[in-house]
This record gives sequence, structure tokens and C-alpha cells, in this order.
Amino acid sequence: MIENLLIEIFIGITIASAPLIFAAIGELLVERSGVLNLGVEGMMIVGALLGFVVISHTGNPYLAVLAALVAGMMIASIFAFLTQFLLTNQVATGLALTLFGLGFAAFAGRDYTEVTIDLIGPIHIPILSEIPYIGPSLFSLNPLIYLAFFMVYLVWWFLFKTKQGLILRAIGDNHDAAHAIGHNVVLYRFMAILFGGAMAGLGGAFLSLVQVPIWGEGMTAGRGWIALGLVVFASWQPFRIILGAVIFGGITVLQLHAQGFDIRISAQYLSMLPYLATIVILVSLRMRLKNKTNRTVPNCLGRIFHSTT
Amino acid sequence: MSNRRFSSVLKLSILSVVLAFTGSVSADPVKAAFVYIGPTGDHGWTFAHDQGAKYVKEKMGDDVVITTVESVEENSDSERVITSLARKNDIIFTTSFGYMNPTVKVAKRYPDVKFEHATGYMLEDNLSVYSARFYEGRHVIGKIAGRMTKSNVIGYIASFPIPEVIRGINSAYLAAKSVNPDVSMKIVWVYTWYDPGKEADAANALIAQGADILMQHTDSTAPITVAEEKGIYAFGQASNMREWGPNAQLTGIIDDWGPYYLARVQAVKDGTWTSSDTFDGVKQGMVKFAPMNNNMPVDVRNEAMKAIIDLSMGAIHPFTGPINKQDGTPWLAEGETPPNFPDLLTMDFYVEGIDSKYPN
Repeated sequence: MIENLLIEIFIGITIASAPLIFAAIGELLVERSGVLNLGVEGMMIVGALLGFVVISHTGNPYLAVLAALVAGMMIASIFAFLTQFLLTNQVATGLALTLFGLGFAAFAGRDYTEVTIDLIGPIHIPILSEIPYIGPSLFSLNPLIYLAFFMVYLVWWFLFKTKQGLILRAIGDNHDAAHAIGHNVVLYRFMAILFGGAMAGLGGAFLSLVQVPIWGEGMTAGRGWIALGLVVFASWQPFRIILGAVIFGGITVLQLHAQGFDIRISAQYLSMLPYLATIVILVSLRMRLKNKTNRTVPNCLGRIFHSTT
Repeated sequence: MSNRRFSSVLKLSILSVVLAFTGSVSADPVKAAFVYIGPTGDHGWTFAHDQGAKYVKEKMGDDVVITTVESVEENSDSERVITSLARKNDIIFTTSFGYMNPTVKVAKRYPDVKFEHATGYMLEDNLSVYSARFYEGRHVIGKIAGRMTKSNVIGYIASFPIPEVIRGINSAYLAAKSVNPDVSMKIVWVYTWYDPGKEADAANALIAQGADILMQHTDSTAPITVAEEKGIYAFGQASNMREWGPNAQLTGIIDDWGPYYLARVQAVKDGTWTSSDTFDGVKQGMVKFAPMNNNMPVDVRNEAMKAIIDLSMGAIHPFTGPINKQDGTPWLAEGETPPNFPDLLTMDFYVEGIDSKYPN
């Protein structure tokens, strides 16, 4: 009984954290390239809608996931075009993107609040899933959860093990220098923003395809903002995203279970916690920056790049 | 040349249509506005209010102009929205408990505008309050849940600890206990009216902890989809949620605001509107039920139907003494029923027998 409960809690935490991992790992790459996109919430909700629309018409989960990726990229491309070619302010454009995404999805999704779909279910990996305790908790999860962890690895590998990753980080740290030695700053950033959009779209679709079989206006309920906090929490290190997402997502799930056992923790404090933790991390990063021991914040984060030559 | 003439003909015809239109509505329609806490597509609380607003439009046609504002948060935003509506409307319905203080404030500033606040208890000369006795609905689903549970654990997804939600919990618990002495209730507060993801997390947590029947006092259809997926039972909330849980939904409590809204808007038109305090239930038709699911045993269904009939005749009251408060202090004596105010409208305690601590 208690083992089953622990497994249920564990699975609950993975489900609550997966959308955060997707959205945050995408945004991490974007920020590593020196761009701050505050439109995560807007890209997530459009991904959630498009994924839901496609699965409700076709019943095909692969197409639905693909649609969510493309939808996120389309919304992100608006941001990319505005900030990279028209050199608009990134903070303002990102906020506008969130507002636009929420409004657009609410409007376009009117007819889809009335329908329900078959959820994308978990997969059971043969043999491994039969190991007691570990099997049901590690090898019988939703395929998209494995994908989330894989994306984190992929982003880490790209950033730190490939030449293009090195160039992208260089651009994030000093776009003028990178430009001077002949790298295409705008191209790299454009691609990074599209990737961020795709991941945010997937994170949103996780909500409407895996967590609940419904579409509802505003159903992302602030998860995009938590993902943004998460990137800072992770101090721009890919693997720390997992840690942060499990903590942030886990708080919600554990809190609900705690109530079932009549352990009371103030919900208001708990909902503050992700943001408080982010502030603490930010302050400690600043302290370390002063001592020049660690430089993880991309130097050009949020700065407009304008090539003069 | 002919093009230009054509466009001027077009302009003229548009102008005449506009004139005809404004001419036809010059009989001064009542302007009614509705402020909603969630999206109208929630298929729960806000959906039900919006159905009511549509009912008014359908019945009154050109005699009414309806404005609705969705997803208004219960913070300073709501006061801003209500104020801007007050400048242009004759009557404003604010449909969430948390709009109480802003509604009172704006009502004082606009004495010529009529206000109607749902589920609250603060009255003014130009501010009515109205609510439905949802706890009567909870009484019926409580009886069903008490009979249908095998694990004897009812899971309750609660939103905010306000009187209306507390009434529902107490009523459902007492009804379940009356038919099943071994029943217990696990209550999880999600502190939101609408977050499908979190509501589903709460449903999963309750099921993992042994609940095999779910009740919700949140607005989305997410919990009932979880119940359907896990093969357990649940109840629709505020509207018929059969679509999301064809096997899971045993019945549902349906809010029918339409006739009340129509009467109030009509009263403004007729100039007979006065501030009033309405608290209607099954008897008046403000609380209705979704069709009983065929997968329920006949005796359970009959018992539920009997409870509905008794409620509609006013023969029973879900809170009939003796009832003690959770800490054991007496609340109602043998055969006593509580007054609307303060007992029901400001209820802030669990009844005896509920294990959970009262949220602070």
C-alpha cells in the first residue's frame, strides 16, 4: 500500500515537472544565445491548443506532438522576426507574445472546450518495467517524460560538446566579438528562438495531451513563468533544470498529498517558493560574479545586436 | 467612374442599414453586464452563469444588451472592471464570492446602477445578493457517494475555504455519513477555481490515497476525466459533465441561473427592482441535477430521487440537528435547522466527524 502510494507520488511529480522541463530547457538555449524571451507562457498555450486540436481530429499522437512543436515555432518566429530583424526590445516583445498567445488560443480554441480526447498513455518497457518498485516508477512512464529528459541531455551535449554549441555560447557572451570573427549572430539566435518555441509548445501540449484530456483557456496557469524562473534557478546549466523542475513541480504534488494526510502547509507560501528560490539563486549568482569565480549568466542576455558593418 | 458611383451607393446603403438598426433599438434596452471568474468554456461555474445570461438574451431579445467579461481575477482588477462596467450599464452581476468588497465599493460610488453579487452577504440599497443552495445538491450526491464507495473514502477537491465551499463539504459529509457510518472524507484544497492541471493532480493524489469516489468544488472538467480514466466515480459540478465522464459521472449538480437573471433584468426594465436577498435551492429550481447514470444500482438511484423530491417539497433540510461542530461544541439541537444568516452564509467550521483540520 505505502509502496504504491510512493510510486504514485513519484509518477505524479514526473508528470507535474515534465512541462516545466520542456519549456525551461528551450528557454535555456535561447538565453544561452543571449536572447531573453518572456513569451514562454504564450508559446506553451498555443502548443497546448494545437496539439489538442490535431489529436481530436486525427487521433494520432505523433501528429499532435508535431503540431505542438510547429505551433510553438510559429509563435516564436514572430518574436524572432521582431527582435532579430526589427531590433525591438526583447522584454516588451516577449510580454506581448505571452499576451498574444493567451488571447489567440482562447479565441481560436472556442470550439474545443466541448470535446475530450484519449490521453497519450504511459509505455511499459519490456522486462525492465517488471522490476519491483523501480519498474513501475522508472520504466513505465509516459514516453514524453523520457523525451523531456532526453532533450535536457541533448541541449547539454549541443552546448558543451559541439562546435556550434560553442559558437552559440560565444554569441551569448559577446555578440560583437562573435560577429567580428565572422559568425552569423542573427542566424544562430533565430534558430535558438525557434527551438525554444518548439520546446515551449511541447511543454504546453504535455498538459493537454498527457495530463488532462481537455483544452481550456488559460490552462497553462502560469507554468511558463515558472519555467522562466527555472532557467535562472538552474543558473543556465542544463542538468540543473531537471533538479529545479522536480523541486518546483514536486512541491505542488507533495503539498496535495500532504493535505490528504492532514499535514498543513500554507499554500500561499508554497506557491511563493519557486520565485523565492529564484531570487535567492540570482543573489548568490551576483555574489559569485563579484568574486569572478563563476560566470554563467550570458553576458549579452537581453541586449540588442546591431551589426554596424 | 462607375466604380466610384458604386461605392457611394454602397455607403448609402450601409448608412441606411445603420440608421434602421439604431432606429429599431431606440426603445432603450436594459444594459446588463456579467463579470465572470473563469472562462465561459470551463463547462462549470462560469459556463452555467453564461448560460443564464444567454437565457436572458433569448427571452428579452432586443430589450436587453448584454456585456460579459471573462476571467476577471479577484484582485484590484475586478474593481477596475466593475467600475468601467458601471459607467455604461443599468445592472451588473458579479458572479464570484471574491468580488464582494469591490462590488460594495463600486455600488456606493454608482447609486443609480443596480448591482447583484453572487454567493456573498453584503447588501446595499442598490446591491442585491443571490446564491443557490448548492448544499442541497451536495446532500443528494453525498447520499449516493456514501452508498457507492467501497473503500469508504470520499475524495473532495476544494477551492478556497469560503462559506459556500464549507457548506458543501459539511452537507455532503453528513449525507454520506447518514447512509454509511464508516465513511470518511479526504479534503484537498487547491486554492484555485480553475487550473485543470492542478485539479487533475489533486484528483490523482486523492485516488492514490484510497478515495474511490470524487467530489469537486472547482470549475474545470479535469477531475472527472481523471475519474473516468481510473475507472472510479465522480459528480459533475455546476453543469452536466457527462461528455467528460460517461461512466464516471453518477449525476451532477447543475446551476440554473437563467430564470433568476431574467426576473432581475426584467425588474430593472419595469422599474420595479429593489435590493433583495435570494437564496434558492432545489425547490425553486435554481439547483438541478444531471440525469442519473444507469450504472448506479436501482435502490441507490431511488434513494437519491427521493432526496431530490423531499428537497423540492421542502420536507427535509440537509442541516437538521443534532449536529455538533468539529471540536464537539453543539451547533444545532435535535430537530433544529440553521437560519440563513449568519449560520449558513458565514459558515466557517467543519461538522463533527470530519477528520481533516479546518484550513486557516
